[in-house]
Amino acid sequence: MATVPTSAGVVVIGAGIVGNSLVHHLARLGWRDIVQIDKGALPNPGGSTGHASNFIFPVDHSREITDLTLDSVRQYQEMDVFTQSGGFELARTEERMEELRRRMSSAKAWGIEAELVSPEFVKEKVPFIETDQFIGAFWTPSVGVVDSLRAGTIMRESALATGQLTVVPNVEVVGMDVEGGRIRRVRTDGGDIEAEVVVIAAGVWSPKLGDMAGVSIPLTPAVHQMISVGPCPQLAEQEGEISFPIVRDMDTFCYERQHGADMEVGSYAHRAILHEPEDIPSIEQAKLSPTELPFTSDDFDPQLEQAYELMPELLGAEGAEMRYAINGLLSLTCDGAPILGESHVKGLWTASAVWIKEGPGVGRAVAEWMTHGYSEIDIQHSDIARFHPHQMRREHTRLRTTESFIKTYGIIHPAEQYESDRNQRLAPMHESQKKLGAFFFETGGWERPHWYESNASLLEEYGDRVMPREHEWDARWWSPIINAEHLRMREAAGVVDLTAFAVFDIEGPGALDTVQRTCVAQCDVKVGKVIYTPVLNAAGGFVSDLTVMRLGEDHFRVVTGAAHGMADRKTFSDQLPGDGTTLTDVTDEVSTIGLWGPRARDILSSLTSDDVSDEGFGFLSCREIPLGDVTVLASRISYVGELGWELYVPMRDAAKVWDALLEAGERHGAVPVGIGVYGTTGRVEKGYRAFGFELDAERTIVEAGMQRPKVKAADFVGKEAYLAQREQAPATVLCTMTVDDHTSASGRKRYMLGGEPILTRDGGTLTDGHGRHPYVTTAGSAPSLGKHLLMAYLPPEQAVLGNELAVSYMEELYPVTVASVDATPLLDPQNERIR
Amino acid sequence: MILVLVETDATGAIEVSRETITFARDLSAAGGGVPVDAVVVGELPGTAEELAQQLASYGVRDVHHATGEAFSAYGGASWASAVQAVRDSTGAVVVTAAGTPRGMEVLAHLTARIGVAMAANVVSFEGLAPFTVTRQVVSGSVLEEMVLDERPAVFTVAGHAVEAVPAQTPGAGRLVPSSPEVAEADLIARVVSSEPPQADLSGGLKTARVVVGAGRGAGSAEGFGDLLELRDLLDASLGVSRVVTSLGWRPHHEQVGQTGSRISPDLYVACGISGAIQHWAGCSSAKTILAINTDAEAPMVAKAHYAVIGDLHEIVPAINEELRKRKG
Amino acid sequence: MSLDVLVCVKRVVDSSGEVVLSDDEQAVDGRYAGFTVSNHEECAIELAVQTAAAVGGAASVVTLGDPAAVEQLRSALAVGCTAATHVEADPTVFGPADVAREIAAVVRDHEAAGRPHDLVLLGNDAADSGDFQVGIRLAYELGRPVINGAATIAVEDGAVVAGVSGPDGHETYRVPLPAVVTVLEGGVEPRYPTVPGRMKAKKVEIERRTPVSEPSGPKRRRLKLPPPQPSEVQILGEGPEAAPAVVDLFERLGVVSR
Repeated sequence: MATVPTSAGVVVIGAGIVGNSLVHHLARLGWRDIVQIDKGALPNPGGSTGHASNFIFPVDHSREITDLTLDSVRQYQEMDVFTQSGGFELARTEERMEELRRRMSSAKAWGIEAELVSPEFVKEKVPFIETDQFIGAFWTPSVGVVDSLRAGTIMRESALATGQLTVVPNVEVVGMDVEGGRIRRVRTDGGDIEAEVVVIAAGVWSPKLGDMAGVSIPLTPAVHQMISVGPCPQLAEQEGEISFPIVRDMDTFCYERQHGADMEVGSYAHRAILHEPEDIPSIEQAKLSPTELPFTSDDFDPQLEQAYELMPELLGAEGAEMRYAINGLLSLTCDGAPILGESHVKGLWTASAVWIKEGPGVGRAVAEWMTHGYSEIDIQHSDIARFHPHQMRREHTRLRTTESFIKTYGIIHPAEQYESDRNQRLAPMHESQKKLGAFFFETGGWERPHWYESNASLLEEYGDRVMPREHEWDARWWSPIINAEHLRMREAAGVVDLTAFAVFDIEGPGALDTVQRTCVAQCDVKVGKVIYTPVLNAAGGFVSDLTVMRLGEDHFRVVTGAAHGMADRKTFSDQLPGDGTTLTDVTDEVSTIGLWGPRARDILSSLTSDDVSDEGFGFLSCREIPLGDVTVLASRISYVGELGWELYVPMRDAAKVWDALLEAGERHGAVPVGIGVYGTTGRVEKGYRAFGFELDAERTIVEAGMQRPKVKAADFVGKEAYLAQREQAPATVLCTMTVDDHTSASGRKRYMLGGEPILTRDGGTLTDGHGRHPYVTTAGSAPSLGKHLLMAYLPPEQAVLGNELAVSYMEELYPVTVASVDATPLLDPQNERIR
Repeated sequence: MILVLVETDATGAIEVSRETITFARDLSAAGGGVPVDAVVVGELPGTAEELAQQLASYGVRDVHHATGEAFSAYGGASWASAVQAVRDSTGAVVVTAAGTPRGMEVLAHLTARIGVAMAANVVSFEGLAPFTVTRQVVSGSVLEEMVLDERPAVFTVAGHAVEAVPAQTPGAGRLVPSSPEVAEADLIARVVSSEPPQADLSGGLKTARVVVGAGRGAGSAEGFGDLLELRDLLDASLGVSRVVTSLGWRPHHEQVGQTGSRISPDLYVACGISGAIQHWAGCSSAKTILAINTDAEAPMVAKAHYAVIGDLHEIVPAINEELRKRKG
Repeated sequence: MSLDVLVCVKRVVDSSGEVVLSDDEQAVDGRYAGFTVSNHEECAIELAVQTAAAVGGAASVVTLGDPAAVEQLRSALAVGCTAATHVEADPTVFGPADVAREIAAVVRDHEAAGRPHDLVLLGNDAADSGDFQVGIRLAYELGRPVINGAATIAVEDGAVVAGVSGPDGHETYRVPLPAVVTVLEGGVEPRYPTVPGRMKAKKVEIERRTPVSEPSGPKRRRLKLPPPQPSEVQILGEGPEAAPAVVDLFERLGVVSR
């Protein structure tokens, strides 16, 4: 028996696909003294890897997940454990066919070969399928199966070969010691291991381990039912594990996957069956393994019938019996993304909630992140730092995964909102907003009005200028009122609730140093100045963009979006020098209200005695002003391209200020304006980039067209890379395009929603200097221009004003024209409206 | 008095019956030394006197021997009627037997006839007032405390719960013949014929006495030569893990495991099989498992009774060589 | 009249893993391991189905158990039984005599309704309580002969012929119907459900009934776990040098002739 070492350079807890991949990549990247432990035996310690169905469909609507999957497939292929089988995703309904067309968009955007095919095409490759059960299919030839246990062994052995890995199976973690906010020690039933770096890669058990260190890893073990039917003579006569393509019966949420002489039928159609990590049986208690729970056949029976309808000859074959059936446990999260990265406990990392198809890719990305501070594949959507406190509750995970489980094979609209566990964070003016008929979207737990039904009367006023959408899908989670609010804001003014903003105060002797090192822009400015700045990683990729206000010599206020606020907080916290400088999250104490439009100054001046003229309150400056009996911090800045202010108001006064602004504004034609304008229409007309859409860690300032003439002298994260990027021609260029004709073959006008591939006019593929294919990062109405705008990174040679290209939407081409090849706005290029 | 149903074979009282007498003696001692009697039914392998003598050495007072045409062939009801007759004539307060199939069957008949409870597979007694026994349930993985508050208290003693030990003071071993009346209805279910057990020579995987198993360690479809030779030398069947059939190295019908055959041989030689749960489900009923594996910490090694650590491609040829050598 | 074989099953915890007891120490906790019927009963179901098929009759299944026991009835229906009866009751308070009485009531009621079960099959013993007596007690309740521990059965000329592995080898019993037979595993390979079988099972309406009398109880005081028994693998050696030790083992086990 191997013994538990007393110290380690890094401890990896878990020997499933993730832990094994991690030790391999850590060893490859030069880590020393790696210790891997698992409470189970090898090669299958009993976690989710051991019972995985092990097939991989590469196309996902998420670029991040697709890239991790493609990288994983490459690694599986290198290990010679990948068998290509091809795979079909079937449509039984026209609605699903439309979803498959949308899937084609993603396939083209991510550069994966795929094709929409007829039932007869499917039958040719899967002769035992009944073609009358479905109307078409999405064919991905590169689908395949892997041997994930074998892959784990190979990767572990490669790490062992470096001499830097010690593997100790059959040892259980009983505690983790955190001292001074840093992990110090892992305690096991085989002895303690001193270590400054620890990775929890324990799948369904990760929450339990995280709790030992006071870290929430909000995933839930959830049941996925699977049965194995065989031996089927049609399969038994073939050699090897798989000879027929895998079939995903999307509308019944089932799959059929050959495994030797057996056909495995898996289901995501049953009720969400969730478990607590503490209730998972031990290895000894479990009949099969801790993550293969007793099958509950009642839950599966409806799927059995549907599977039988599809393949009666095979599943009803003489001698084919249900010999293996499990309720297999896998990990689900509240937003469907993995949980990766360093926790708030320094040195304690996690790589959890990862499926077989992403395993090796995640292992590589996290190992790179641990080594360099960034990874080649941007994994920001999976960052553990993303979670807000309300999302770290088990209840939240339970409710959200219950809601989303049935959507595993669902048709999910890109703007779709969750229904469960809402109303976690309410703005002070929430009641007023409800009276105004606000339609709420959620971000970071906050309920934010996306538009106000109270503005419906404007529709008549603006007529066709609100660009109504004819197709239900295009108009889902959308309203023409958004565009009406937009027009009224540009005409008069809008009042926008921005309470959801994450706001941090950085104070102390090292405050300037902290923001200077974090931000690209010069932050050593006069007190009272407002700075807009990108934030980079060491490779010069975006990790955020945000605004900073200098409120005092040693006091800066950082304002950023709610969705990415928690990650930004960690980014700044990581730069605190440890000299007593503090970061205080004042998000819950400060409400933000935006006031923008040509009449904004009139409205504000009617409420304050202060001088808010351009001379008295210049652009990009901030100061406290009285607003009646309330003092607010006003900041003259705009994300919608209009004159106006962001007003930072104490929470207790925010409802009063909101009402006062609406009341004072009414006389000037101002209306409440939702995030539909603030987040999309207002900004696309101005060409403003948004983090998470145009900006991510795989994009640079130069590619995004956001470089300034000078780079500040002070050092900052990513400076070296940024300086180098400035010396080179960009490999890709962010452009804005107009859609020239929306008419589809059916005669109905269609409006793209984002994610669609940009092609040549005749449908030819474009490829940029990174080898990527252009896709729409943001799509949105530009009501003031009467155009639908698309933003996308184009190959430099295509980034030419007037260049005629096409966008593919639901498998039809629509003509587009390049209208901007840098940050120059299509509306008000001289930014006169802001003054 | 405690009455023990004794079963016999060519050596006299079988071991588990002698264990039961030993158990009864312990019970007697705890209960103030009530006598222990035995009952035997039907034709005996030797003479009744020899048996009485053997049982006397175990402290038995009277040996009741039921004879007659009714007992020419075994039957649960007829034997129970013999035991019942002795119980009725002696007033035994405890009736017990070894937990053999016949012991169970006869006492179950007895209790059904006289309307009392029966405790199966008792391993110890906890107290006399009330009379409380501990018995094996759930195939011996759980113990149950059960109260036997009726008289007679009837139970069977689990095999090897106690060791068969002769008494320090022998009993009288008095032979008491008995020829009870047996009702016609109790003679219906009797053995009508019997034949000695046959060895299964079919070589089928499910019924094989010896199975040579092979997993990924075989390495390739060509890596089975030595394993097949071992199979032949042991008159065994070949069973393989799922990965072997998945990789196409061997046909699917040879698969052992959750989705293959469930085997229960006397010996399973698991070569290069890690012991995945899938596979274990199919081979866990093997009486003896010998694992041959490079990894001393593989689950199959941990679960096996015996193991050899090393590469099957070196070890199996050596075993074959040794087998050939000894066979001459 | 065609034969309707009744097979009796009991929902028990699948105890192949480490056993966990319920908090009241009256039962085995099945939350991790799940539930099943004993191997003997699986074979009894198989024999019932085979016998029914051989004589052109039917196989029915009965259980006494809590509402969840319907899962075991469906499993039996999925492998060829065509009717099921559920005596809904808490099985932990029913002793072997109580269960026998309840099954007898089912048999009598079915007979009165024109559906006699001339052959009733049970497992040799329940996998959990291990009482080894329900079948025999049932036979007395019904006034029928009983064969115990049958590995194989066949129905011919109004009689059931059963093969039992006894101390004298392979023993044969021949008993006129109606009769009761308890089944010991090993004589047949129980089938797994097929997909069509499972679908058919779902559609069968299960007869539900309540017990006919108050149970007298199992006389169980409590359950307890035996002290763990460490099982140590014996390493015979490393590499080819271990071959003689291996062959010695073969000889000890009697799998090669000396």
